[in-house]
Amino acid sequence: MNSILTLFHDYTFQTVALGSALLGMISGVLGSFAVLRKQSLLGDGISHSALPGVVMSFILLGSKNTEILLLGALISGLIATLFIISIVKHTRIKFDSALALVMSVFFGFGLVLLTYVQKIPNSNQAGLKRFIFGQASTILQRDIIIMSVCGLILFTLVLLFWKEFKLFTFDPDFAQSLGFSPKKLNILLSFMIVLAIIIGLQTVGVILMSAMLISPAVAARQWTNKLSVMVMLSALFGAISGIVGTSASSLIPKLPTGPSIVVCASTIVAFSILFAPSRGVLHRIYLHRKNRVLYRLKGD
Amino acid sequence: MEIQQNYAVEVEDLTVAYDSKPVLWDIDLKIPKKKLMAVVGPNGAGKTTLIKAMLGLLKPVTGFVRFTDTDTKIQKLKNRIGYVPQSGSVDWDFPATVQDVVLMGCYGKLGWIRRPRQTDIELTKKMLKKVGMEDYASRQISQLSGGQQQRVFLARALAQEADVYFMDEPFKGVDAQTERAIVALLKELKEQGKTVVVVHHDLQTVPDYFDWVTLINLSIVASGPVKDVFHEENLKKTYHSSTKLLKGMV
Repeated sequence: MNSILTLFHDYTFQTVALGSALLGMISGVLGSFAVLRKQSLLGDGISHSALPGVVMSFILLGSKNTEILLLGALISGLIATLFIISIVKHTRIKFDSALALVMSVFFGFGLVLLTYVQKIPNSNQAGLKRFIFGQASTILQRDIIIMSVCGLILFTLVLLFWKEFKLFTFDPDFAQSLGFSPKKLNILLSFMIVLAIIIGLQTVGVILMSAMLISPAVAARQWTNKLSVMVMLSALFGAISGIVGTSASSLIPKLPTGPSIVVCASTIVAFSILFAPSRGVLHRIYLHRKNRVLYRLKGD
Repeated sequence: MEIQQNYAVEVEDLTVAYDSKPVLWDIDLKIPKKKLMAVVGPNGAGKTTLIKAMLGLLKPVTGFVRFTDTDTKIQKLKNRIGYVPQSGSVDWDFPATVQDVVLMGCYGKLGWIRRPRQTDIELTKKMLKKVGMEDYASRQISQLSGGQQQRVFLARALAQEADVYFMDEPFKGVDAQTERAIVALLKELKEQGKTVVVVHHDLQTVPDYFDWVTLINLSIVASGPVKDVFHEENLKKTYHSSTKLLKGMV
């Protein structure tokens, strides 16, 4: 107990936990829309596609500054998203295939670049590898400010276009017939998801980022039938995962932060799938049993 | 100009193609105001495509659609045009209540960013009552039956308070009682001076339900008052390719 108290007073811990909680909230909110649009894998695609951007900005600018590397990630993520959107629009290739295609090309290219960087003399590429698996301990106060600003922008946009996003997610054709351009909404929402993903790269990394986008949303969906409640719950689950995951990795030696955040989020998902009322597995089994007994009685 | 005023929608030289295959060929169509019009044709004749093209949801290869008392594009008409899509076109497991969905009908009027107000919610309740779903307002939409889904979409379109309505198979999967209720609603809309275009499948009920009909199979076979146009010869022309197809399969 004492160690937990000292931990919460530790400045580094506070910074990392706050960062992870912010990341969890942001990806929870945006993830809700991704999941409802059946684009859960968009997170995976975009986060992988961000890798060449990270390495490229290091090669071109020679900087190991997190902001600059993340800017590269953002650009490369946006380009990948535009590719995916236009492939779906202009060819007969479906969303999932387009995503897999773009993602593997971008990630492969990123790995090639990473190998190239390794060969450059005097370049310590350890700073780049942290984007693959994430390294939450590198979160600085500066990063928290960037996260907060991005989060504020994203939350404001979600609130502002709440009605439009809801309509567009449920029925894009109807949205268009009302004069809300689904093209613009799709690009806006996709770009917002890209931004949310890029924010998380530093903490959980390219590979696990999609879990942060999907898990809180999937868990939240189990507990409610209202979009607003789902989005808020999802943010809450994301934040809890961030804080609990960070605490666990600080208390247990050699436990990496990113993966423990993801494990925490996955635990919430498992719990929600099993125990949520009405949508939960156990509740369904219980209902089934109850009905069977009930109808058997009636049959007698 | 005087003549133009009698039509709600005019379609000229409209051709729509998926890839290189045309699904609608050179459609010229005038939909008179204050009529209940059925769009009838075999499967794959392009009925849904016609509706979507008229709504601007699909980009035609050539041709244009004009809503005659305005020269503005459909995108700017917002709530003048009501739309009832096929109920299978959305995922009903979306986290929303019946009221939430019907309220979406008011969004066009509101435009970007503005939130629905109390008056919109009251309008929603009124429309739910019209389709006999007032007791379901707070019901989760995943718990609705097929017929109830149709009625929710209908209520949503009513909440648009549009002048022209396009409905894509509103009778699909509804029982006889609901069908009668929907028909009564359509007739009420017509009496209010609205124009209603309905994709319809049951040929037998066309003369009872509608006063205008368009027979379509890739291109327009005939369009006019039911009593003039809806006869066996035209129907044979409309459905000939499918009978040929059936023969070919035997």
